[in-house]
Amino acid sequence: MALTKADMAERLFDELGLNKREAKELVELFFEEVREALENSQHVKLSGFGNFALRDKTQRPGRNPKTGEEIPICARRVVTFRPGQKLKQRVEAYAGSQQQ
Amino acid sequence: MTDDSMSSMMKSELIEMMARKQSHLAYKDVELAVKSLLEQMSEALATGDRIEIRGFGSFSLHFRPPRAGRNPKTGDAVSLPGKYVPHFKPGKELRERVNQSIQKSE
Repeated sequence: MALTKADMAERLFDELGLNKREAKELVELFFEEVREALENSQHVKLSGFGNFALRDKTQRPGRNPKTGEEIPICARRVVTFRPGQKLKQRVEAYAGSQQQ
Repeated sequence: MTDDSMSSMMKSELIEMMARKQSHLAYKDVELAVKSLLEQMSEALATGDRIEIRGFGSFSLHFRPPRAGRNPKTGDAVSLPGKYVPHFKPGKELRERVNQSIQKSE
């Protein structure tokens, strides 16, 4: 089961007593603010969770995997996420409970 | 190539931006909401669930298999158990908006 915006809004409604419309708007706004910051060349640091950073990639040679034809991959900017220490530890604890 | 000269938005600034746009809500409520959202997301991953936010991206766990490591002090071989690490895959809208910004800034 994946966590979605609807689930998150529902919990804001339950936990904080916001009405459903307010809860839904806050969830939307949260993700929109993060997108806007990244779009405006800002990294986003959410302590306890992790950091969203931007990386600029230079152009590099690529290939169409189907035809083998060479096509350059243009310079582009990408978003990366580095989980924070606290999140990593919580997730590792989950691994410890799984028999692999 | 991460550009370290880029500025950062911290959690407190994110809360302020949101509170300014939702001026009918108390600042405290916006703060509690952001903390709840991050807690819900951490909790989901900590229990092995994915997070799927259309237009933003998805978070999932990647498994790192067990491997042989060494104690850097003593040089002794130690076996490191497998573990899960959080992984983020940006969604289409986020990818496109961020990539457009590079063209604008040049």
